[in-house]
Amino acid sequence: MAEIRFAGYGGQGIIRSGIIVGKAASLYDNKYGTMSQSFGPEARGGACSSQLVVSETKVLYPYVTNSDVLVVMSQEGYDKFEPELKENGILLVDENLVKHKPPRGDIRVHLIPATRFAEQLGKKIVANVVMLGFFTAITGIVTYEAMEKALPGSVPEKALDLNIKAFEKGYNFGLELQKKQKDPQ
Amino acid sequence: MKADQRDVLSGVYYIDGDVAAGYGALAAGCKFIAGYPITPSTEAAEAFARIAPKSGALFIQMEDELASVSAIVGGAWAGAKTMTITSGPGYSLMMETVGFGAMLETPFVLLNIQRGGPSTGVPTKTGQADMMQARWGSHGDYGLIAIAPESPQELFDYTIKAFNLAEKYRCPVMIMSDECVGHMTEKVVIPPAEEIEIEPRRWYTGSPDEYVPFKPDKDLVPRMVKAGSGHKLYISGRLHDERGYPVDDEHYKLKYVRRLVDKIKCNKDKIIELKEEQIDDADVIVVSYGISSRVAIRGIEMARERGIKVGSLRLVTVWPFPDERITELAKKVKALVVPEINYGQVVFDVARCCHGNANVVLVPHGGAGVHVPDDICDAIVSVAKEERKIEEVIEFKTKLEISVFGGGLKSKE
Repeated sequence: MAEIRFAGYGGQGIIRSGIIVGKAASLYDNKYGTMSQSFGPEARGGACSSQLVVSETKVLYPYVTNSDVLVVMSQEGYDKFEPELKENGILLVDENLVKHKPPRGDIRVHLIPATRFAEQLGKKIVANVVMLGFFTAITGIVTYEAMEKALPGSVPEKALDLNIKAFEKGYNFGLELQKKQKDPQ
Repeated sequence: MKADQRDVLSGVYYIDGDVAAGYGALAAGCKFIAGYPITPSTEAAEAFARIAPKSGALFIQMEDELASVSAIVGGAWAGAKTMTITSGPGYSLMMETVGFGAMLETPFVLLNIQRGGPSTGVPTKTGQADMMQARWGSHGDYGLIAIAPESPQELFDYTIKAFNLAEKYRCPVMIMSDECVGHMTEKVVIPPAEEIEIEPRRWYTGSPDEYVPFKPDKDLVPRMVKAGSGHKLYISGRLHDERGYPVDDEHYKLKYVRRLVDKIKCNKDKIIELKEEQIDDADVIVVSYGISSRVAIRGIEMARERGIKVGSLRLVTVWPFPDERITELAKKVKALVVPEINYGQVVFDVARCCHGNANVVLVPHGGAGVHVPDDICDAIVSVAKEERKIEEVIEFKTKLEISVFGGGLKSKE
């Protein structure tokens, strides 16, 4: 079982990120994925997070208590949720948006310039999908193939190509990063 | 009768509970929803509004909740299957007309995605504190049905069931879900139309001259006609005889209102749906409904790992209440544990049915969240060790309560 939290602010596609990974896991990877969104009275611009539990069996408790993976796209999200990350948990950070403090010794931190990549691709709005590609490569919780199937229908149709490019950018960056970490030369 | 092909969006989806309920309503043949959208039920109204036109169905955003429920009672008498969608504050406002609908024996469905109350409460977070209001919220005596789904899939399936029960017994049917399930996104499978059974209206097919609007069939439920279809129809909230004409005396009160109660009571074996797990060897049984029953299964697994023989009785339908089954189980076990997201509602009905044969433990939750499985497990473990017979309902102190109030919250200690 993996508890995953996506955190950022309203309008970044944080809820959507949870939906896409949950959909990939439950519809195409044959697992159970339960996504819950939490939001306060505010909407766009306010702090926002989505929680996803992916499991081989039915998810009984739907919320994240100690996350295995935390994907952060805002400083507030980072400050708020970093402490709930499990020992040996994985922290994925958009380094263009989050200044992250000296890391806790017991977690694995991976940085990606997701917003800059998205801007290079033409639209900042796809930064969350860059993060999803990165997430897929680093965590292996969902397969590339499942994510590939989950994207259509989850993003606006006319922006599908852009989103696929964004996903692949993040995915490849993640793979290379892992290669470098395994083999420092 | 099978569902209409054009009403069923067959396929596999990844959607939230609210949306699933909207799709379920359409699949059930609902042709009219009137509502005043309110968090956390809004997505259900939006989903129905989005898909309704293709099926010739209609969503109207009304001026308020009173108008919404009045419109669906009217819509039902005009011949449509109807529903309204709301949450706590709106639900309170609808209560008068729920009784009106019950008095007129109107089939309609009310979806309540419960949120934290009282009053405005916590709009975006969960609660289960409207359960007694569902049963007793409108004045006077009448029977009704309430169902508590625990997943988006169930919000689809049981919305269809709610419509079927409403048609069968001509009474209001409450879908008592909550924010956690409503805003939970999961896989939902919508089967082909030919696999969905729907209950048609109990139309009166005899001669218009001989139609008696409130004359019941053997199962105590009368037959309906479409208002305006040429039958003599006089319907109002006034106590009436079988023709619908106003009457006052005890005789009619007994005969008519009694039947409003009895048509549910006498058919309750057909209405009640329970899910039982690991009951056979159990010393303790968790009695729960809705999202709490889902979390409870995890608590039960944890308690089993600690060697406690514990089972689950899930109330899929909460009203009518399964008195006999609980009485029977209470004779076999040491204790019944009732987790609910309120400070004690359904637990008192459980206690009523125990007749002192088993201890009854309430695991309360104030809302804006769901129980952590540890609390349910701890309650099970501690009551399993309790040798005394305790007459009143025992209130278990959850970790959250202890962290907020310390150990000394209870006035009796």
